Amino acid sequence: MANQKIIPVGPYHPLQEEPELFKLYCEGETVKDIKWETGYNHRGIEKLSESKTFEQVFFLVERICGICSTSHPFAYANCMEEIADIEVPDRAKYIRSIIGELERLHSHYLWVGLAGHFLGYNTVFMWAWKYREPILDMFEIITGNRNSYAMFKIGGVRRDVNQEQIKQLRKVMSQIKKKNDLLTGAVMDDPVIHARTKGVGVLTKQDVVDYAAVGPTARASGWEIDVRRDDPYAAYDMVDWNVITATEGDVFAKAKVRLLENYESIKIIEQCLDGLEKEPEGDIEVKVKEIPEGIGTGHAEAPRGEVFHFVKTDGSNSPVRHKIRAPSYVNIATFKKSCVGQTISDATISLAAVDPCYCCTERMAFAYDHDTGKMIYDGNQLVKLSQKKTEQIRKNL
Amino acid sequence: MDKEQFIEHIKNHFPDDILDTQVLKKNRVMVDIKPTAIIRMAEHLYKEINFRFIIASAFHTKKGFEILYHFSDDLEGTIINIHVVLPQEKPEIESLANMFSGANWIEREMHEILGITFRNHPEPEKLLSDGNWAEGVYPYRKKFK
Repeated sequence: MANQKIIPVGPYHPLQEEPELFKLYCEGETVKDIKWETGYNHRGIEKLSESKTFEQVFFLVERICGICSTSHPFAYANCMEEIADIEVPDRAKYIRSIIGELERLHSHYLWVGLAGHFLGYNTVFMWAWKYREPILDMFEIITGNRNSYAMFKIGGVRRDVNQEQIKQLRKVMSQIKKKNDLLTGAVMDDPVIHARTKGVGVLTKQDVVDYAAVGPTARASGWEIDVRRDDPYAAYDMVDWNVITATEGDVFAKAKVRLLENYESIKIIEQCLDGLEKEPEGDIEVKVKEIPEGIGTGHAEAPRGEVFHFVKTDGSNSPVRHKIRAPSYVNIATFKKSCVGQTISDATISLAAVDPCYCCTERMAFAYDHDTGKMIYDGNQLVKLSQKKTEQIRKNL
Repeated sequence: MDKEQFIEHIKNHFPDDILDTQVLKKNRVMVDIKPTAIIRMAEHLYKEINFRFIIASAFHTKKGFEILYHFSDDLEGTIINIHVVLPQEKPEIESLANMFSGANWIEREMHEILGITFRNHPEPEKLLSDGNWAEGVYPYRKKFK
């Protein structure tokens, strides 16, 4: 214990978009234990929801996450439609799935880019973020916003997708497919990326089951769960697609799952566009009269895994209780398994591998000697340490 | 197993612990149990029939402190809500975090926002409110006349 150094990562750190403090207890270069502090950004959204009307809650939950801002409205809509026993028209289902999958695409590209950056692959970072741009442009064309799209409402969607937009989407999808080939090839075939990510941050299937992890984190460890297939909502049971899994559970497997999921998302979007074209004049919403007393449990598969909403209503215009569980809530806890036993230079990518998500703000990190209080590394130096390791491997090849 | 089979199965397994069962919607089931049976029930769902623990939701009503433990049967796409009611004066229940780590954070959170005690929790430290929340103040508790 005497030689253990504590390296605090966070509360603001470049590998996290949002504030949370991880304390890595290290002996030499090896991480021996990890502890965390959360609550830096507790916004009391569940409580706030009780003071909003059911329609206003959409705009509130949309602001839980900046990257996957449609996942929460998606789960909330599923939840409310369960309480009110509403069947959404097919056209609205297709539009919802298109928005959900566009979001998965841009979120996965964002992650691949960041992961590349931490490994010292800034080309991957620049490619991935460049490919992400046309998707954000499509969001703006369809919904009016690059982020926080405000598309969902109880009973359907707020805006229709017209013929011209369908044409534009098809064009973007065909371009993205080629770029995804390029990016997947660059990541899958690179010996340096293999050396940096294979066998790093491994989670076994037992680990992910124990921590109740979800999404690509669970699927990369061989646990085949995906809400879109297991409890289908929107148009996911009306189109043909596959659940992508891997068995290794390391950082490479998580990257592989995400990159291959991009192909499935493109497939889903293209089929949903076919569906929209088949029935161009369909309704995009049903009128909702009132929300009865009851309880509802809705979930949706966000880019990071299952988003879960529980709402209790009493016949009034607001929720009595609204419980929200974001995927990172269960995924982050797996760090205890993935980081312990790793070197510090691998800890950055192991932490980033679950694509943790809290909320967007600025960054800072430093390492100090537990006994003397003297600073050893700051945040940039930690990332540089990771990049230096990649450089070393590249030279030795 | 489908939801009717599940209800039958669970009634046979826990004849003395189940207070009520109901099918809420096409693939949502609610099972009311005695709080003392939570460990046995969770053990059966998680270890024997391999249901996935999603999360737990707690809320304060006139009846007391209610917790819904949400489990998912991913093969059928069914959500099973295990419902317990804890008394107003002393809301206490056994922790599930020794069985699966997925319950660790949410039990600590429920303790901080509602003051429910989880007996034998392996890591009963504060999760959200360390250093910025007054002791004994539970923001999600309600006042009933």
